[in-house]
Amino acid sequence: MTVLSVDLCKPVGELDLRVTFESDGPVTGLFGPSGSGKTTLVNMIAGLVRPQSGRLALDEQVLFDAARQIDVPAHRRRIGYVFQEGRLFPHMTVRKNLDYGRWMAGLPHDHAEFARIVAMLDIAPLLSRRPGKLSGGERQRVAIGRALMLRPRLLLLDEPLASLDPARKSEIMPYLLRLRDETRIPMVYVSHYARELKRIANVIVRLDAGRVSAIGGPDILSKTDEVAFA
Amino acid sequence: MLELTPEEWTAIRLSLRIALVATAVALPLGIGVAWLLARKTFPGKALLDGLIVLPLVLPPVVTGYLLLISFGRRGPVGSFLYETFGIVFSFRWTGAALACGIMAFPLLVRPIRISFEAIDRKLEDAAATLGASTFWRFTTVTLPLAMPGIIAGTLLCFAKALGEFGATITFVSNIPGETQTISAAIYTYTQTPSGDAAALRLVIVAIVIAMAALLASEFFARRAARRLHGE
Repeated sequence: MTVLSVDLCKPVGELDLRVTFESDGPVTGLFGPSGSGKTTLVNMIAGLVRPQSGRLALDEQVLFDAARQIDVPAHRRRIGYVFQEGRLFPHMTVRKNLDYGRWMAGLPHDHAEFARIVAMLDIAPLLSRRPGKLSGGERQRVAIGRALMLRPRLLLLDEPLASLDPARKSEIMPYLLRLRDETRIPMVYVSHYARELKRIANVIVRLDAGRVSAIGGPDILSKTDEVAFA
Repeated sequence: MLELTPEEWTAIRLSLRIALVATAVALPLGIGVAWLLARKTFPGKALLDGLIVLPLVLPPVVTGYLLLISFGRRGPVGSFLYETFGIVFSFRWTGAALACGIMAFPLLVRPIRISFEAIDRKLEDAAATLGASTFWRFTTVTLPLAMPGIIAGTLLCFAKALGEFGATITFVSNIPGETQTISAAIYTYTQTPSGDAAALRLVIVAIVIAMAALLASEFFARRAARRLHGE
């Protein structure tokens, strides 16, 4: 089981982000209201935002340690990231988007793996299309597939459903549950929807104003949380 | 039909060669400078920005004269290049290409810079999480997304280099077969009592080349834009 160990500080505008927790997931849910620092935290885990101080490790491997001046750059972390808005490359077909991680890593084609992920996400009919012509739900499925093709050690999902309407949300959720059950990739799943997190995460880290206010099983999310941000 | 004399053909070939070489050398430099101006803050940025635009606002004869005193055989840069590498710019077609490149540079940089500024940098972040180093992010994401601007800048640069006159004639003079471009040849013919017909023929050629370049760039820019908008 992969252990994600986070102890990071970063001032972001008015917010003084100081987050410390450890989780062996496999699915860690980051819960908190908008502005509580969730996205900044995930960006620090991905290596896109540099923490001011602290330490970050995935199992034995230290990805960031201010004291020892370790900062593994984002492109060497092999951490998959599914962004809220997908961020597919508009100038590449879906197939090239999916293939991008393998191409950058200089690995040979793995047709079986490619077919497996394409089948799991039902994106075979989209392969020759370009992102501009995809629906929001299709785009998110491709974004998930693109991150998976990297064979990530950890998968970050930052509000992957937030940009979708309710019908599309319920279209994607089954794929995410399949992803959790069929792959063994540990995930950090960010959401401000308690109901969404209760379905997918088994460890909940609750953020309030840049601090961890609670950590535990899905039961730490109360009925009031579901109402508060739903 | 248009019957061109060998001298006219020479001027046309020379013009095309000078414009192509000027554009080809300026393009990678222009992309680099545009990227610096779009993405980086550094001391002297405003100065660099101003220096690049300067040839656009200075009288071309001033730029030509500055080139002559710095890149001429006895100029500080010119004598260094000659003694170290044996490179000569003054009164050579290479000098014409240099003058054209400098005159056209602002027109090359501007559209490229604008398209760099318009790129959603979050896409580069996405590429980083997928394992792309700085170099690969630039070549596989930034450059292709800036392609419409690069095409527009390249055409403007080529067209300007093709038609440049003032700085070129000041720096490298008007030597048939070496530095006499279409523009310089037209100028010469208009100064010759019976040169009207020849001048007119070259005017037509200049218009045809400029139109062809314009249409080609329009075609490629449209195709690039279509690719970017996901069709």
